[in-house]
Amino acid sequence: MKPRRSIKDPRGESLLFRRRALAGFVLIVLCLCLLLSRFVFLQVMHHDEFVTRSQANRVKPRAIPPARGLIYDRNGVLLADNVPAFRLEVVPEQIKNMPAMLAELGKVVPLDPDDLDAFRKQLRQSRRFENVPLKMRLTEDEIDRFAVNRWRFPGVDVVPYLTRRYPLGGLFAHVVGYVGRIDSEDLDRLDPVRYKGTSHVGRSGIERSYENVLHGTPGYELLEVNADGRTQRVLETHAPTPGRNLYLSIDVRLQKAAESAFAGRPGAAVAIDPRNGQVLAMVSVPTFDPNLFVNGISQADYSALTGDPDKPLYNRALRGVYPPGSTVKPLVGLAGLETGMRTPQDTVVSTGVFYIPGQQRGYRDDQRGGVGRVDLVGAIEQSVNTYFYKLALDMGIDRFSEYMGKFGFGRPTGIDLIGESSGVLPSREWKAANFRQPWYPGETVIAGIGQGFWAVTPLQLGHAIATFAGHGVPYAPRLAMATQDGVSAPPQPLANPPSGPSVIRKPADWHVVNQGMQRVIYGARGTGRRLGVGFPYLMAGKSGTAERFSRTSEAYDTNRSTAYLASRHRAWFVAYAPADNPQIAVAAILESGAWGAEAAGPIVRTILDSWLAAHDGVIPGAERLPVTAAPLAPIAAPAANAPPDAGVEDNEPVEDLPAQATTTGGTP
Amino acid sequence: MIEALYARARRFLRRILTRPRIDLPLAFSLFLLASIGLVTLYSAGDGNLALVGGQAARFVLGGALLLVVSRIPPPVLRSWTPWLYAGSTALLVVVAILGEGRGSIRWLDLGIMRFQPSELLKLTMPMMVAWYLHPRQLPPGWKDIVMVGLLIAIPAGLIAEQPDLGTAVLVTAAGAFALFLSGMAWWRIGLLVGAVAGMIPVGWHFLHQYQRDRVLTLLNPESDPLGNGWHIIQSQIAVGSGGAFGKGWQHSTQSRLDFLPEHTTDFIFAVFSEEFGLVGVAALVALYAFIIGRCLWIAMEARDTYSRLLAGAIGMSFFVYVFVNGGMVAGMLPVVGVPMPLISYGGTSAVSLLTGFGVLMSIHANRKMHI
Repeated sequence: MKPRRSIKDPRGESLLFRRRALAGFVLIVLCLCLLLSRFVFLQVMHHDEFVTRSQANRVKPRAIPPARGLIYDRNGVLLADNVPAFRLEVVPEQIKNMPAMLAELGKVVPLDPDDLDAFRKQLRQSRRFENVPLKMRLTEDEIDRFAVNRWRFPGVDVVPYLTRRYPLGGLFAHVVGYVGRIDSEDLDRLDPVRYKGTSHVGRSGIERSYENVLHGTPGYELLEVNADGRTQRVLETHAPTPGRNLYLSIDVRLQKAAESAFAGRPGAAVAIDPRNGQVLAMVSVPTFDPNLFVNGISQADYSALTGDPDKPLYNRALRGVYPPGSTVKPLVGLAGLETGMRTPQDTVVSTGVFYIPGQQRGYRDDQRGGVGRVDLVGAIEQSVNTYFYKLALDMGIDRFSEYMGKFGFGRPTGIDLIGESSGVLPSREWKAANFRQPWYPGETVIAGIGQGFWAVTPLQLGHAIATFAGHGVPYAPRLAMATQDGVSAPPQPLANPPSGPSVIRKPADWHVVNQGMQRVIYGARGTGRRLGVGFPYLMAGKSGTAERFSRTSEAYDTNRSTAYLASRHRAWFVAYAPADNPQIAVAAILESGAWGAEAAGPIVRTILDSWLAAHDGVIPGAERLPVTAAPLAPIAAPAANAPPDAGVEDNEPVEDLPAQATTTGGTP
Repeated sequence: MIEALYARARRFLRRILTRPRIDLPLAFSLFLLASIGLVTLYSAGDGNLALVGGQAARFVLGGALLLVVSRIPPPVLRSWTPWLYAGSTALLVVVAILGEGRGSIRWLDLGIMRFQPSELLKLTMPMMVAWYLHPRQLPPGWKDIVMVGLLIAIPAGLIAEQPDLGTAVLVTAAGAFALFLSGMAWWRIGLLVGAVAGMIPVGWHFLHQYQRDRVLTLLNPESDPLGNGWHIIQSQIAVGSGGAFGKGWQHSTQSRLDFLPEHTTDFIFAVFSEEFGLVGVAALVALYAFIIGRCLWIAMEARDTYSRLLAGAIGMSFFVYVFVNGGMVAGMLPVVGVPMPLISYGGTSAVSLLTGFGVLMSIHANRKMHI
């Protein structure tokens, strides 16, 4: 710095600056002359032309919003409709005293505080000469009363518009979602030209994720106006392009059956076609009426929804994460076969408790005293924990989570909805990132039975079972099946190619696991052996019972009533059918079910029954079972208290040391 | 009590006259300009006195800031410069972080008033460039040019990202003018301008779709009857129908009948052109040219490099406002949000412009004395 300073020449710099400033000023004057010459061009040379245009300027454009695309189920049942309605609109520029006008108008048409709040918010956002909606969905009575008093309110008008209606109400609230009034945040995000004149935008569900398809392109009309700016007549109309209609792959009949099977108990169910990833049913119970949200939900309704302990606004199918429990045992078994760790003939002796070699801590089996020697098929049939404890331990967590990752655990399934949870696939990396702790072998053991850190959404589990049922070919779940330009045009199917090659290397492995899952339904000791009765096609399934709390009290062993267990357990059941040519895969969870097969199983069966009914009882490509050949006599009566040998599951590892523990039955 | 205040006010006024800290020709022309602005606003806003009153209040606030800033000697201002620059750039970063995931965030909400940090850069940018060049040997070499380029590019990039192309152009221009005035060799300027021209296709790629549409709409206004094309057509009709002598004050049909959008803010110059014609436009442009010329004059008289470069850059960036807004109104340039200085309705730009002139007044007060 110092030597530079010494060469600094203030006098020379000053002269240099003087030259520069002069040059700059000359350039600026030249540019301003250029600007002036443009004004000469407009104001002198083309003056006459522009005077004519200004005098003839009685024409103003006005945007015509497009009609939103309709949404149908796979058979054309209407799920989202547009119905004509009327609203009050205000041109702020023409109002001299806004508060006085609103007070006066409130005497003619009742305006509730929610309307006024929304109106004031939008008033601040919009330009003075643009219309601002004040009250949506006017009743006939309100329209009449306003019409009589209209002369008192210049700048206020009744305007017809199309509003969204969901004829099936809550049944599709978590799938189709709803539209809502455009607010200030949306205004920042949306293309102002495309949304000119539009008042609503997709807020959730399909309405949000397919906003671009459903919205359409606005048209405009050229209006002749008088000196006050009031419309005299319409000169030209350029019609808007309506949004495209959307066909969902969901079948209303399955959806209804699934929802009513829950009878209002919180839970979720997903049914997927394993051949293409199409979602056939997706419910989250309880639900809510999406129509409440369309024209702005009232504060009272909203607090009722958010205050409900069962959280009806929460989409359990998409966002709820639960430990998968025993439902993933077939996939763990498949991993054993595919990685070469096990052959179908390998057996394990179940003694009732499993120990990691050299460790004191015991991991309990389902049945006290164990079930003796079982192979993989038997282990799936009876849900034998020891088999999978040992298998997971032998595989090690790295190989284990790598293989399970192929079925989509631990990441979004890629369904065409926004806001999906990723769940958790336990792995060394995941634990290091979230707990900064090393991985312990015991955590591998319990991962083998779907416990521990492992967490899945019902959608993820449904997707994994569908991937298995479809012989390992993964398809991202899809709700939208086809689009349509106008009601008379043929629907154009939306392609959904598989997201990768089959994740199963040897078809023989698939058949072994498939056999195990059939034995769950039809085997003499299958955990779900009442569920296949009377179903004319082969079913395959797996139950699961995940615990909500860790088991620490003695009360668990002394008080095993259904009500007590239901408060602690989450019941899962997964199934697919027909087992010889799978065409539907289902996953269902009941948030407070005592045991998987008994609580969630019937829900799955109801969905399968309605699916069969939707096909008129005939499924092509699968072998029909003989009527009498229900492979197993039905059990007389469902037991209120699960007897120790009834194939119930008991998946939690023993927390205490087995040496002192009474819970292991003293037979290690 | 009142008498004491009165006496103080008289003393203050007398001191302004006897020992002027403000440059009277510049102050007078700014006053004239602001008056023209209020008169035009009264007409463009359909006689809405609240609108005119609000704008007048901002002029008073800006004028007060001008007087305060004019009392800060340039060396003090120079010592603050790096902090002011770093602070305003940090605020831009805050806006960028807060605004993540939203469409366009330019404002910080301070509770009482909303505040646009990019507005600060219009002043701190030329200050920083002048501060950097002040101790160096001039004309600057490539190394200094690159450093100045970085000083300009970081905040300008943040502003363009918001996205606010108009302000980004103004801030870049303010910095570039300081560099130009420092005597950067013509061949280097030529080389840089050539390089920038070569980058235009690349820059096009980085523009937002709506910004590209604005440029394309300029070439074919009829293609966009609901958006900017409509603005351009209506604005040209307003200007053209004004003719040589205009339709007269309060007789602009284009704005009166609402054909002209934004007729109190970005397009107010169209109303002015319609009402006062080419004569009015020429007079107003001459007034602007006088202000710019006076700024450069003050710059030439300044005591040191910092003051010279700063005063010159502020004056020349004033020209950018006029040219960009005038060009937009006349359909020569795409629609960007640059106001017509002291004529367009709008708070922050009037206040920040007048604060900038406060700096000029201070430089003028501390000029070289010719003995």
